[in-house]
Amino acid sequence: MGYEYIGITVLWVFLYGYLIVASVDFGAGFFAYYARRTNKDHIMNKLISRYLSPVWEVTNVFFVFFFVGLVGFFPDMAYYFGQALLIPGSIAIVLLAIRGSFYAFESYGSKNNSVFMFLYGATGLLIPASLSTALTISEGGFLNVTDDGVRLQITELLLSPYSWSVVLLAIVSVLYISSMFLSYYAHKAGDKDALSLLRKYALFWSIPTIIASMTVFIAMSQHNPEHFDRLFDYWWVFGLSVLFYLIAVFLVYSEKLYGFAFIAVMLQFFFAFFGYGVSKLPYLLYPHVTISESVTPDAMGLALVVAFIGGLLLLIPSLVMLMRMFLFDADYIKGNK
Amino acid sequence: MIELDSVMLSRMLTAMTLIFHIIFATVGVGVPVMISIAELIGIKKKDKYYSLMAKRWARGFTIIVAVGVVTGTAIGLQLSLLWPSFMQLAGKVIALPLFMETFAFFFEAIFLGAYLYTWDRFKNPMTHWWLSIPIIIGGTLSAFFITTVNAFMNTPAGFDVEDGVINAINPLAAMFNPATPTKVFHVVSSAYMTSAAILATIAAVTYLVKRDQEYAKRALKLTVTATLVFSISTAVAGDLSAKFLAEYQPEKLAAGEWHFETEEGADLVLFGTLNDDNEITGEIRLPKALSFLAYGNFDAEVTGLDKIPDDEEPPLFIHYFFDLMVSIGMFVLLVSGLYVLMTYVKKWNPHNKLMLWALTTIGPLSMLAIEFGWVYAEIGRQPWIMRGFMKVAEGATTSPNVGAMFLLFFLLYFVLGIGTLVVLRKMFKDHPAEVELEHLYTEVGKGGER
Repeated sequence: MGYEYIGITVLWVFLYGYLIVASVDFGAGFFAYYARRTNKDHIMNKLISRYLSPVWEVTNVFFVFFFVGLVGFFPDMAYYFGQALLIPGSIAIVLLAIRGSFYAFESYGSKNNSVFMFLYGATGLLIPASLSTALTISEGGFLNVTDDGVRLQITELLLSPYSWSVVLLAIVSVLYISSMFLSYYAHKAGDKDALSLLRKYALFWSIPTIIASMTVFIAMSQHNPEHFDRLFDYWWVFGLSVLFYLIAVFLVYSEKLYGFAFIAVMLQFFFAFFGYGVSKLPYLLYPHVTISESVTPDAMGLALVVAFIGGLLLLIPSLVMLMRMFLFDADYIKGNK
Repeated sequence: MIELDSVMLSRMLTAMTLIFHIIFATVGVGVPVMISIAELIGIKKKDKYYSLMAKRWARGFTIIVAVGVVTGTAIGLQLSLLWPSFMQLAGKVIALPLFMETFAFFFEAIFLGAYLYTWDRFKNPMTHWWLSIPIIIGGTLSAFFITTVNAFMNTPAGFDVEDGVINAINPLAAMFNPATPTKVFHVVSSAYMTSAAILATIAAVTYLVKRDQEYAKRALKLTVTATLVFSISTAVAGDLSAKFLAEYQPEKLAAGEWHFETEEGADLVLFGTLNDDNEITGEIRLPKALSFLAYGNFDAEVTGLDKIPDDEEPPLFIHYFFDLMVSIGMFVLLVSGLYVLMTYVKKWNPHNKLMLWALTTIGPLSMLAIEFGWVYAEIGRQPWIMRGFMKVAEGATTSPNVGAMFLLFFLLYFVLGIGTLVVLRKMFKDHPAEVELEHLYTEVGKGGER
């Protein structure tokens, strides 16, 4: 197995990690704003802020890690995606910047400022939408590659049903993942009022999530039939995803085992995400970039893998410490610390 | 007239992002050191003023870090968005430190989260203090890794080129290229110095407006002493950097010093202006000092711009930036040195108006010196993006939309800048240290929740 497989596996795992933790964060921002508009903020915003405060920066690092690693393992991606994504990439940066800094302004500076809350809620939905365009573009059909450089065909992108189906899936799954996690967190905190509200959100958003997933499949069959065919080679992976989806919804519906329910949600997205990823190989950017042609030279590949292992040895114990201190410290969650 | 093509606009956008980001990055690297020292003194001396100092600095620090994180994300992505061909080529050689920087930052972020939310959670206050050490390590390592990438752009190493194809890649040799030691030393030391100086400015202003004078006195003593120590080490680093340039990047030194003819016993040109015929007027000329600065020997030969091909000559205006940076460095060293001296001589009052006014300037001036230093370093590398291998024009994006993105980011940085100032002001204006101290230690609630 060459460095291209190690590289893409590592990157895909991190992107999956980002998908989960960022979804929780993005959705929480939206729910916090929504609760405030509907005067329910007293029920759950304290809970949300206790979760978000210590972890927001960590979320951001998953993303930085992914794109730095992508350029490290597959430098050609810098050339293609760099040129093509100037506009969507810049918009995503601006949204992330507004979100990150205004979160800090709000929580450390002026509490309960409605403009900050609004920005925080709105960017929570806009960021997944803008980031998802990178995945859409990687399916091919939106780039014009010439000797003068790579151009994104924005009109095609905006008129494509596939592109919109991905945006829709990104937004609803953010709300679904987030409400599922927050239900679990509320349950753990013993906060009955917040739980009953968040549980309703979770059940509500589970329906558009499964519909949007199916829509993406249908749109894919039109947009990139070759990839669509390969998706079927991995039908059992998507089958497992649906199974875990049903388990998660059933558990939350019957008001039990919220922890397991969230693990099921994670597995649901794990299988869907890896099924999509593995069927996409060998292409990183269809049909221009494949993992084996664009992979960095062996010496750099080895250095990156060694650095990665060293980094994990440093980070995993630290992350465990952080989680024990905040996420899974019952007293902290309940607000006693 | 400069043509605003996508190369020029890419340079402008990158420059704007870096000029903005470096403010937050500098403070992000340096302030944890000061927080850690203050907390330790507070614990050891059982002096609640110092503990409060650490707490207040940490609170302001969170805002700076937040903006540093988001602007750092911006520059990280902009490297690929604006310089795709450069990243495609350089990524094969120098991706390792970029990758490790993420780990260093991840490490810092985790412990920062733990540090900020656990002030009173441990029985032994030293446990909390220990959490500050990984923050310092993470921040300083981040600076180290990123600086090696910039060093690589100046003196690329760790690869061979054959027929336009890169091979024989050695990531460690690329990371530890000839520019790395002096550059890292200079960057880290000046970040510590500037952070201490900014905190000194805040303390001096607090003292001058006659608020919290007991608190401000201690803060001044700590921060100005630190500024002195770090400005001495920064001066040493600067001197080593000049010696490095003379040997490895003579065109940057020559352009910065307006040294046109290669000669032995070269004069050092301070200040002055250039007329239309490239003749220097109004300068102060120190005989043979450039030779000494460059090689530690008054008679050594220093390469002049005559040895550099015309199309590889950096712009000459960088001389002004070099002079400004050095002058500020010297001024800060003198002011902080004088203050420290005055605290040791009983008869003298270090808290006289003039001294305090001088101290209010050292923070902003040090930050300006960092900006000037980077302008010198970056413009001084022109026309190269990767010296000797790729010019900036070859590395830039060809996208026609860079101008619009420039405006978008200008707006973003404007909003972030204003937001930071407003929030920081609000954070401290209504919460003077004295009130907070009472509040903390008597636990009689006066204000809102803190």
